[in-house]
Amino acid sequence: MTAPAPAPESAVARARDIAAAVPDPELPMLTLGDLGILRDVTAGDAGVVVWITPTYSGCPALREMSRDVVARLAAAGLGDVQVRTSLSPPWSTDWITPAGRRKLAAAGVAPPGPAPRRPAGPVPLTLTPAPVTVTCPACGSADTARTAAFGATACRDLYRCQACAEPFEHIKEL
Amino acid sequence: MGFDTAYEAITEESGDQRWAFGTGFADPLAGVDTSVPDGVAGADLAAYCLAIGDDALIMSQRLQEWLARAPELEEETALANIALDLLGQARLLLTRAGHADGSGRTEDDLAYGRGPDEFRNVRLAEVGDADFGGLMARLLVFSTWRLALLDRLRASADPVLAAIAAKGVQELTYHRDYAAQWLLRLALGTSYSRERMAAGLAAVAPLTADLFADSDLELRLSPEVAPRPAELRAEFDEVLATVLGRASLAWPDAPARPAPRGEHTRELGPLLDELQSVARAHPGATW
Repeated sequence: MTAPAPAPESAVARARDIAAAVPDPELPMLTLGDLGILRDVTAGDAGVVVWITPTYSGCPALREMSRDVVARLAAAGLGDVQVRTSLSPPWSTDWITPAGRRKLAAAGVAPPGPAPRRPAGPVPLTLTPAPVTVTCPACGSADTARTAAFGATACRDLYRCQACAEPFEHIKEL
Repeated sequence: MGFDTAYEAITEESGDQRWAFGTGFADPLAGVDTSVPDGVAGADLAAYCLAIGDDALIMSQRLQEWLARAPELEEETALANIALDLLGQARLLLTRAGHADGSGRTEDDLAYGRGPDEFRNVRLAEVGDADFGGLMARLLVFSTWRLALLDRLRASADPVLAAIAAKGVQELTYHRDYAAQWLLRLALGTSYSRERMAAGLAAVAPLTADLFADSDLELRLSPEVAPRPAELRAEFDEVLATVLGRASLAWPDAPARPAPRGEHTRELGPLLDELQSVARAHPGATW
């Protein structure tokens, strides 16, 4: 029996393109590449290894993403594929690409601002919510108000535009 | 084949009869290097991960009891989100425990296959709440303590524990803010809401000493793996003093004998009966 050969560089590059194009099950306007959770694609001992990072500890979509990656790579003839979890460093919304941010806004979801910077010392306590700086994805007005700090999934909260009256979702900075 | 929608993905002919995504649980540490670092006793690391995993699992279950009875839809959504974060932390930590002790027990074995005497959560996680004010007091104490703990565990000599903690810190930051902001709203609201908030603090205060008592669990592990519980006290006290100062409430004076992990109230049994009922009725079932 011969040992399985590592995947060649060309296969890794093709696998990276295919894996990056897999849609997120909960934000289907975004791909894994747009979301920044596709951390790496490498040549393992027995085929391609795809590394993805969970957005939140309890993210229920991770398994669907893995299955989808495996199915698409198999359909492209890339054979044995392993999807591995990369836990460190933890995902941040800063990893959402500029293209991902444009797609979110086009779908009516306000993209996140910069993730909060962690100062030295204990994690700071926030007793007064920060002033709203989210612009309305429908009309572009900056006159918006947050209506709920939690939404349909862990990554979203809810806003309303005071100018055009449209309610919308926003990706929380993490 | 790929899936263009989530619906296609869950209705795919896979033979495992799943009805929603996320219900066919797979190893949440798949592909993670789970070897135990040199110089760390696997059994002790496992016991530690199990203890702080049980804290998250049991707190999550209590939070889930609020679904369909929270005062507002927005709060129900908030509590569901917080419960899901803690459940995710529990899945990772229980899985880490099963790897580290070499037993190969899965998260399901550990969550569904143990009786009350084998759970290692602190009592604060398991007690029920008299009302929403009581829940906010308990959530503030729990998340303030757990945030201080996980923030230190980010530097743990066990890289898996450190990575789980780093993600947990992001989540506990907004759990703590949520509870603190509700405490202020209720304390500075009507005389009745203030009275209920004070009663909630009085209910959790006697359980707080448990969180900072040194136990064999931490003493067996090197301080590079996990901090001593007493080290968290100063940060905890400072955060509580800030919130209570703004609310003009005093921390109730509640001298109490700290209970070691593994000592439980009578409330844990009924909680586990419900948590484990489906797994006991249908052993090994997946859905």
